[in-house]
Amino acid sequence: MRYPATTEYMLDMLHDLQDAEPKNYLKREALQAVAEYVSVPLSEVVSTATFYTMYSLKPRGHHIIRLCESPPCQLVGAESMLDILSTHLGVKVGETTADGAFTVETASCLGVCGVAPAMMIDTELYGNLTKERIVSAIESVRRSDV
Amino acid sequence: MSNNKPLIVLANSGLIDPNSLEQAIGVGAYSAMAKIVEEAIAPSDVIGIVKASGLRGRGGAGFPTGLKWSFTAKDEQVYIICNADEGEPGTFKDRLILEGDPHRLIEGMMIAGYAVNATKGYVYVRGEYTLSIERMQTAINAAREVGLLGENIFESDFSFDIEIKKGAGAYVCGEETSLIESIEGKRGYPRLKPPYPGAVGLWSKPTVVNNVETLANVPPIIVNGPEWFRSYGTEKCPGTKVFTILGHVEKPGLVEAEMGTSLQTIIDVHGGGVKDGKAFKGALVGGSAGAFVCPDCLDKPMDFDGLQELSAVLGSGAVLVFNEDASIVEMLDGILAFFKHESCGQCAPCRGGTQALKTIMERIRDGHGVAGDLDKMVEVATSMQATSLCPLGQSVILPITSALQHFRPEFEALIS
Repeated sequence: MRYPATTEYMLDMLHDLQDAEPKNYLKREALQAVAEYVSVPLSEVVSTATFYTMYSLKPRGHHIIRLCESPPCQLVGAESMLDILSTHLGVKVGETTADGAFTVETASCLGVCGVAPAMMIDTELYGNLTKERIVSAIESVRRSDV
Repeated sequence: MSNNKPLIVLANSGLIDPNSLEQAIGVGAYSAMAKIVEEAIAPSDVIGIVKASGLRGRGGAGFPTGLKWSFTAKDEQVYIICNADEGEPGTFKDRLILEGDPHRLIEGMMIAGYAVNATKGYVYVRGEYTLSIERMQTAINAAREVGLLGENIFESDFSFDIEIKKGAGAYVCGEETSLIESIEGKRGYPRLKPPYPGAVGLWSKPTVVNNVETLANVPPIIVNGPEWFRSYGTEKCPGTKVFTILGHVEKPGLVEAEMGTSLQTIIDVHGGGVKDGKAFKGALVGGSAGAFVCPDCLDKPMDFDGLQELSAVLGSGAVLVFNEDASIVEMLDGILAFFKHESCGQCAPCRGGTQALKTIMERIRDGHGVAGDLDKMVEVATSMQATSLCPLGQSVILPITSALQHFRPEFEALIS
């Protein structure tokens, strides 16, 4: 293992295990493995994992879309951007597209307020969103998957 | 800055290749630490210099940095934590420092470590800040390679190393004790204070937690001296502040300006004025845990004390500008949704209070508000201020009372 067997590295382990899973979530076996490795009860690992919004205990899409809904983004139309996203992908916040490609989530602030409204797809940032930019970002991610 | 003084915190950001240690050294990186070693400046004198400079914490609370360092208990193991869990909505100043001038931050942490006799530092960065983490790691590796981090720095007795900790999405972890819990691998629940981290912090050891921008100010203070630093800003708030100016302005972005610069100057000179020539309605200063201000506040100085007089806060330095068309009701509703989502759930006043506030706010927003709703909101927020465990629950009163103070008729119009 990359990390020493202490709780100090639990968040790092959870990040890595989730990133390694194509469905972007923490399987029960992964949580169990962490619990055994750092010698704490499974409940403690689940407790930590469920506290943080970046972790999911349920399967998600191959790509995670995080739309920023902070006040600066809200002021310049984040809500209508969410409508555009939902309509284009046919899912609501928290849901995954039928083909398993995308999960739509919202974020409290992505820290790129200078280019509001903004979203992230995985680790990539997209700012100054418009309907055209959202659609083209999603389609280019789709194309790169083929 | 407007009066042609050189910048302090962002002096090198955008000018140097952040991945190049050579370029950083070329513009003076690590010369402050070298000076400390060469001139054999004692740790207590380093604290003295920082105290004399009047530097105050840039994370939002404005606590004097030198004083914080001097309160740190003596122990075999002391920790420095750089709080880079920048989550206050509308704030991205720390990201620009992390990504633009990471060696400045390493040096700031190193000097803080030297001052309080810490050998280990942690940078706790938001999980979403992928590029910041990459740049910071590259800088740490480069500094280690040439011995600027590690054993016997500049052949002195001082040893110091830094490790990055990646967050996982929790606003409350910006609070220093939650952040400490998170580094320990636990839920980010804030601790009861006192004891303060300076006495009992990470793994129960004395710990200094400083914001990115605060630490970025330290190297130039050591190099140029406290008087130089005091030539910027105001007497009680010396130095500069990195403001993020957003919303209905022509040029949204970030700017480093002197402490005490007026809101008008920040909007007009640095933000290019209100967008499309519309009228200025107000601003939200300090992020979601900040306060709304009205046009009467335009000439007031933007610093920790000037804003306190207006019952507002400087906070992280976020300025969200509204033109005449903006709905303060919608904005406050968004803010209360944020608090409801980010309340960590540990203490009852905040857990229940944020829910109740959002429920009341939502019915007002939808035009179903009833008489007494506004007073009820203030009552709930007041009791949260008095009884919540951490600043998250304690600060929700600020946006509520300030919105009602300046824009009450807008809310009343929606209440039958």
